[in-house]
Amino acid sequence: MCAAPARRPFFRRRKTCPFSGDHAPKIDFKDTKLLGRFVSERGKIVPSRITAVSAKKQRELSRAIKRARYLALLPYLVK
Amino acid sequence: MPYYECVFIARQDVPSAQVESLTETYSNLIAENGGKVEKTEYWGLKTLSYRIKKNRKGHYVLLNIDAPHPAVAEMERQMRISDDVLRILTIKVDALEEGPSAMMQSRAGRDSGRRDRDRGDRGGDRGGDRGGRDRDRGDRGERSEPKPQVETV
Repeated sequence: MCAAPARRPFFRRRKTCPFSGDHAPKIDFKDTKLLGRFVSERGKIVPSRITAVSAKKQRELSRAIKRARYLALLPYLVK
Repeated sequence: MPYYECVFIARQDVPSAQVESLTETYSNLIAENGGKVEKTEYWGLKTLSYRIKKNRKGHYVLLNIDAPHPAVAEMERQMRISDDVLRILTIKVDALEEGPSAMMQSRAGRDSGRRDRDRGDRGGDRGGDRGGRDRDRGDRGERSEPKPQVETV
């Protein structure tokens, strides 16, 4: 998922990781509202190539989501 | 002493007063074993995402603990024996959170319109052909830009 070639008329800025930067939210299993944004309607974790989360943060995120699932804060699967 | 965050879920038919007394018992247990409970938070009766032991709802309680490991282990053991506790999650953390946790902060506007706002930007392009999905969804920000029909070089 690299930026489109420069000659194309529509230039797409590469999205940056939503968890890096100054005002980045902390990844926490208790924050279901935040985690819910990185889970599909089906309940699956959205791949980082779509959400642009960095690899390190994605690992942290997936850990948090799995913890939230264990506590029934998030579903394992939505039927 | 290491810090722990412990969340446990109590059965739905336990009255909230009893949940409080449960919390107190476990806090005392920690204190007896040389630890300290820095903060307790009662998240209320929440709907579980899936059923646990036939329960659809549960009382969530968060304990922030500063205690030696044996104390925490003993508390977990007692919780597992108790019939009222459905689930326990204890996590070792580097530092305990100050102030209310994310759960308490989001309590106010938790249920109203949350799904719509967070999900609105995705989902519209579901069910297309899988091949094109990645490219289409990768950059939702600039969705409104029209795509060029012909490429002129």
